[in-house]
Amino acid sequence: MSGAKALISALEKEGVEVIFGLPGGANLPIYDALVGANVRHILVRHEQSASHMADGYARIKRKAGVCFATSGPGATNLVTGIATAYADSSPVVAVTGQVPLNMIGKDAFQETDIIGVANPCTKYAFQPRSPAEIPETVKKAFYIAESGRPGPVLVDIPKDVQTAEAEMKFPDLIKVRGYNPSTEADLSEVGRAVELILKAEKPIIMAGGGVILSGAFAELQALAELLMVPVVTTFKGKGAFPENHPLAMGPIGMHGHAEANKIIIEADCILAIGARFSDRSVGRFDEFGKGMSIIHMDIDPAEIGKNKSVDVAIVGDVKSSLKTLVKLLSKKIPKRASESPWLRRRKELIQYFSETIKDYPRDITAKKSLKKLRELLPAKGIVTTEVGQCQMWASLHFDVIAPGTFFSSTGLGTMGFGFPASIGAKAAAPNVPVVDIAGDGSFNMTENSLAVSVLDKLPVIVFLMNNYMLGMVAQWQRTFYGRRYSGVHQHNCPDYVKIAEAYGAQGIRAQSMTELEKAIKSALKSDVATVIDIPIDPDEDVYPFVAPGTGLKDMIVGG
Amino acid sequence: MATTTTPQTGTAGQPKGNWYIVSALVENKPGVLFRVTNLFRARNFNIESITVGSTEQQDLSRMTITTNSDEKTVEQLIKQLRKLIDVVEVKMLDIDNTVYRELALIKMKAVEPSTRSEIINYATIFRGNILDIGKENITVEITGSPDKIDAFKNLVEHYGISQLARTGVLALQRGLDN
Ligand SMILES: Cc1ncc(C[n+]2csc(CCOP(=O)(O)OP(=O)(O)O)c2C)c(N)n1
Repeated sequence: MSGAKALISALEKEGVEVIFGLPGGANLPIYDALVGANVRHILVRHEQSASHMADGYARIKRKAGVCFATSGPGATNLVTGIATAYADSSPVVAVTGQVPLNMIGKDAFQETDIIGVANPCTKYAFQPRSPAEIPETVKKAFYIAESGRPGPVLVDIPKDVQTAEAEMKFPDLIKVRGYNPSTEADLSEVGRAVELILKAEKPIIMAGGGVILSGAFAELQALAELLMVPVVTTFKGKGAFPENHPLAMGPIGMHGHAEANKIIIEADCILAIGARFSDRSVGRFDEFGKGMSIIHMDIDPAEIGKNKSVDVAIVGDVKSSLKTLVKLLSKKIPKRASESPWLRRRKELIQYFSETIKDYPRDITAKKSLKKLRELLPAKGIVTTEVGQCQMWASLHFDVIAPGTFFSSTGLGTMGFGFPASIGAKAAAPNVPVVDIAGDGSFNMTENSLAVSVLDKLPVIVFLMNNYMLGMVAQWQRTFYGRRYSGVHQHNCPDYVKIAEAYGAQGIRAQSMTELEKAIKSALKSDVATVIDIPIDPDEDVYPFVAPGTGLKDMIVGG
Repeated sequence: MATTTTPQTGTAGQPKGNWYIVSALVENKPGVLFRVTNLFRARNFNIESITVGSTEQQDLSRMTITTNSDEKTVEQLIKQLRKLIDVVEVKMLDIDNTVYRELALIKMKAVEPSTRSEIINYATIFRGNILDIGKENITVEITGSPDKIDAFKNLVEHYGISQLARTGVLALQRGLDN
């Protein structure tokens, strides 16, 4: 069997159903082996979108998404998507072609040292040097990508290794000597956590992306309801907890809810679950958590103490840690009452900020649009976002109800991520409506994926909040550079309705709330992708806002 | 890469204070050294010396890393190293319970007979070896703690060191359970 055939068989054995990719000289044997294979290949228009699609697919399936690219430029085009997946701990297996072994190091045509390039943004990068290594390499790649703290893995296969023949053995089990991801929580540490929680008067749960990655939704809810404590999330953790739940307070951080930012600094004990204390979430490391006890649950031991020293660390899969914690706690306490001074404080803060923060005065605003989308989109609908104000408005004004149905490029902040990722999500969940909450600048970066959405029948909705600007940068220039705009105007921006139509998708412009309502309903019924172009005021800012380098207490509440 | 700076010296003449030795067993294959050193750079870890060489096990290499930083940073360094898939085992060595050595080759100007005999004398006291003598120079080999090498270097500096090469620290924990 050839190396290329072995690759495809190994992928089939891993249960891979969809591959996003684009061929070229160095992966022709792989594409040849795809003919007649039992996998769906989705041809992308740019490899960056292939890696984002694989990422979006992975976040919904919670197993590795796969993308293919040729050597050199194909491989480097994948890198932004790989780095995005790395920053958000998403399992992606990227397979690249490489120049033949005897050409490596000779600056051959389309040669890039992709192993070197990918090293800092993958969990591991393999380069099998003989065809017989391929089955085991693929097995290892999936194991590493999906287990522990998930992440991307690259497999770079020289062209002659793809064509060479060998006797193939497909292992059922593999071991990687230097890799032992921890799963079971240490019981003594859980016991110490229980003590701290029971001692606290104003405890709070801060749920991060780890809750979503491990699917610990029920456990998190059980814990919150047992303790009757407010739940905030990080932005990556948005949707780890139903945002319409009476204990939910939504995301904290740079563009978190004001009441969430306020309450977390008033807490006396923080239970951080699958959250990495990113600067975007907690502001200044030196300020955050002062005078509070901090319990940190995470699967990655290296996250413990990286940004924040903690009182108790529980290392392991957060789902199993939470199970143990809930079990121990429920033995110690009866179910708590739904009224307490601390919960009254929660209500008070929500009330206060809902009266203080005024919506932007215009018929159609980002906030109103997103509330309308929430109203009309079924609870199980999946939402992705682009990057910028659109993303932060989504953080603030779009409540996620069904856990795990929202995701965004939160770690790397990659413009152009949301749209291809939404197509990947649609491939993973074809019967669920999928919406990309977009800004015009971001959508512009990967809008050619409209071709994929239309031709491969993966209809998604692009909810384009169009301010004809690189809005978030413009907001920073308004706020921090005295309105000196530089490089933010999207002059001659295209007509997105026509763009959609040119690709065979549906384009609708919605200039009033009534038009928007109609557009959303039509998009939800459509069997092709729909771009809803919603012109909003370029001056509409996102508030509240925690300026970079400041602490949560310095939040700016309004313009 | 393998530069060595002076560790802080405690009263017993032993490096003390913020000096740490980390020992790692890694897969013996191409790319591993790159992954490790790239991690140091990317995570902003300040490494003093790193040595890599073969071990009693054919497929494993040992890396000895010394650093002068605070305990939290070293803990984080170890955790990040552990995350590397090619790194099989990492630990911080307890300096009091560790044997460690560095080797230095020092080439000095030595034209006068008196200078030569002085240098040879010093080398003997430091249990060093004379590796090479030319008409105008002497090359000495000194093995020992980085401190000892520093001390020798300070002693002979005024003769004019024309070249110096240090290996970085090699270390093994005492006792059997290693
Ligand atoms: C690939 C990439 N380039 C640049 C940036 C910096 N950046 C962050 S937000 C932003 C503006 C985004 O504009 P748009 O997509 O129109 O969204 P808006 O802020 O207007 O909602 C830019 C340029 C980025 N995050 N990603």
